[in-house]
Amino acid sequence: MADVNRGNRPLSPHLQVYRPQLTSITSILTRITGNALLAGALLVVWWFLAAATGSAYFDLVDGILTSWIGNVIMTLSLWALWYHFAAGLRHLYWDTGRGLDIPTAEKLGKLVIAFSLIMTLITVIIL
Amino acid sequence: MDYITDRKRAVGHGAAKSGTQKHWAMQISAVALAILVPLFVFTFGSALGGSYEEVVAYYSRPFPVIVAALTMIVGFLHFKNGATTAIEDYARGTSRKLLILLVTFVAYTAMATVLFALARLAL
Repeated sequence: MADVNRGNRPLSPHLQVYRPQLTSITSILTRITGNALLAGALLVVWWFLAAATGSAYFDLVDGILTSWIGNVIMTLSLWALWYHFAAGLRHLYWDTGRGLDIPTAEKLGKLVIAFSLIMTLITVIIL
Repeated sequence: MDYITDRKRAVGHGAAKSGTQKHWAMQISAVALAILVPLFVFTFGSALGGSYEEVVAYYSRPFPVIVAALTMIVGFLHFKNGATTAIEDYARGTSRKLLILLVTFVAYTAMATVLFALARLAL
């Protein structure tokens, strides 16, 4: 039995030697959106804390969340949320052992991107 | 030379030890969030932009408060587990441990803060 490479294994994924494809980009975006959502989530927590504290503090924090920069962050967070939502459903589907061949995975990738954009638009229009 | 099979060498390490439980926990929280997130987006979204009095009145009703509390609890746990997995992929040694500590601290602090705020608003 070959006794090689016991300790110093490379970390995954090897982004610097990897040609970007729809499948890899939609995959890494799942992780990026998931982690980036912390920013929006903490703003929402802050907003709830302000609402529970009093009217003056609420007006301050609410003013930040509904300012133009707040709107940009909240809209990007909304897109990240819908993207991560759809990508998560794709993962749950994959976990059943289905849709793992490349043509289906690419179709699902396009579907995830389209879903995230359409849902963001719908949410912004409704709310 | 080590006369041991590759399988035997892997048993008890990494994903062979606890990876499936972590994956299953992510699946459970993902299914919960698939239900909670749309409910939260549309309840929170309709409250955001209202005046202080409107927001306080809205979040003294049971449904929006329960949806928000569940979304925040499951969401921050899902974030903690997902971010920990990402850290385990990209960082090693002490920086890995410190980053996992930081993520865990942030997730539980945010969760406790928002639950305090929601309780105060609701009661």
